[in-house]
Amino acid sequence: MMGLLFFVFVLAIFLGFELISKVPSQLHTPLMSGSNAISGITIVGALVAVGHPHGGNLVTVLGVIAVAAAMINVVGGYLVTHRMLGMFKTKSANRK
Amino acid sequence: MIAHIQPFINYLYIFASVLFIIGLKMLSRADTARRGNFISSVGMLIAIIATCLLAGMEYHWILVGILIGSAIGAVAAHGVKMTSMPEMVGLLNGFGGLASMLVAWAEYHKWVSLGWTDYAVTLLPDNPAAANPMFAAIAIAFTAVVGALTFSGSMIAFLKLAEWMPGKPILFRGQQVVNALVLLAILAAAVVFCMAPEAPAAYWAFAALMVVGLILGVTSVIPIGGADMPVVISLLNSYSGIAAAAAGFIILNNVLIVAGSLVGASGIILTQIMCKAMNRSLANVLFSGFGAANTTKSEGYKGEAKPISSEDTYMLLEAARSVVIVPGYGMAVAQAQHAVRELGELLVANGCDVRYAIHPVAGRMPGHMNVLLAEANVPYEQLVEPQDVNPVMETVDVAMVIGANDVVNPAAREDQGSPIYGMPIINVDHAKTVIILKRSMASGFAGIDNPLFFKDNARMLFGDAKATVSALVGEFKSA
Repeated sequence: MMGLLFFVFVLAIFLGFELISKVPSQLHTPLMSGSNAISGITIVGALVAVGHPHGGNLVTVLGVIAVAAAMINVVGGYLVTHRMLGMFKTKSANRK
Repeated sequence: MIAHIQPFINYLYIFASVLFIIGLKMLSRADTARRGNFISSVGMLIAIIATCLLAGMEYHWILVGILIGSAIGAVAAHGVKMTSMPEMVGLLNGFGGLASMLVAWAEYHKWVSLGWTDYAVTLLPDNPAAANPMFAAIAIAFTAVVGALTFSGSMIAFLKLAEWMPGKPILFRGQQVVNALVLLAILAAAVVFCMAPEAPAAYWAFAALMVVGLILGVTSVIPIGGADMPVVISLLNSYSGIAAAAAGFIILNNVLIVAGSLVGASGIILTQIMCKAMNRSLANVLFSGFGAANTTKSEGYKGEAKPISSEDTYMLLEAARSVVIVPGYGMAVAQAQHAVRELGELLVANGCDVRYAIHPVAGRMPGHMNVLLAEANVPYEQLVEPQDVNPVMETVDVAMVIGANDVVNPAAREDQGSPIYGMPIINVDHAKTVIILKRSMASGFAGIDNPLFFKDNARMLFGDAKATVSALVGEFKSA
């Protein structure tokens, strides 16, 4: 089990390097904020912590704060990226 | 856990991971970026729904957290100005780190309250014996430290970028010693914690890990100057992904590991691009306290800066056939991007060839200038990179530097003693005339003198960038 997780981890890191080796500078910020939103995936861990509150009140409190923080990251990250890319889009439409 | 629902959830997680991969791939190409962001957000939605389908979940607290977080995130994303994007990205990043740290804490508290045997059942309901306490302890310790460091580091970056804290590097005597002590403390606490995670002392060790992680975030970001912020922001972005991946090792969940690793890798790539654009190593950025260190080596450049009026600038621009505009952080501070775009349009209407030369590290985050100019509707094809414009700089009639300093500093080419020596710059001094819009003669963010101001072909146009550019626009319109 643990070995398999490491296997997935190493492959995913290399996949990440291969995926985005070349980025036009126009996209540096959107790529950063968009990938930042993906790092909000830790929401899954937070949901598990609150949804199965075996450890009592402290776990619930920590979990709820974690869910809220991760959700700020997710929603804020995706929306901000969407807004920025929207500005880029109107221009490339003008170009055509 | 209900046996038949588990494989289905796993398929959803795999599907979500695939969407993240496709989304990120598309996000790195101009024509597909928008769709890529959407696809990755669908992946996130699927991952969240799949997790909620896990057996035995209680939803009321989940709902509270999701509603609060979504509301804050949505309001912040809609309200933020494009000029404030660097601090926004820093802030969002910090919340991701905070969430990962709290997940580690919550999981550890569960473990302590339930005891390992019962806790292992929550991790692997089908085969609890396969879970390993040592492995879990290391994952918890690592997630707590990286999460804490991401959180506090991002908060300091946010405070610096929002200028609620001085942007200059903060250095103090014995800083390296403090950093070394902090690292030692982390190692010691991690060893105590992982050796016997269920012992009473371990909870203290765990608390120490979080506190010291928070301290490390502060001490590693305060010595970094404003001009180096693009590197720090992308590095912190990478950390937040690594923290999420580490949290995946705690709850033994692949989608966290895949998504977190992708973010970690993309953050590292951006960090490398930024370091390369400054011709410096990552270690140099992180430990040198750039700008504060090197004030003794030269007594400044001698010469007289020649001021120019906006009327004379208008004459020059009116006659110019080719103009290169070099924006920098000063344009963002003055919110001058719309006025600059208007000036660019008037120049084009006047038959002039207008290009915007954008240095990769201009501004406070990767791509900062591109975002601002896009907001002001500057046509994408007018944006060029330094290596495209430098070879033809001799043919350019007027190079206009708007709020940029270090990225046009010829000392990077000429002065081996300069701290930015070797950094690729935009060679505006090779243009026939350089006009530098500046508030005053103060040196740039990095605190380095700029010999550009004293060159024979350089003219200083003093004043607030927005007011100055608007005055030029006015001259064009009244002519």
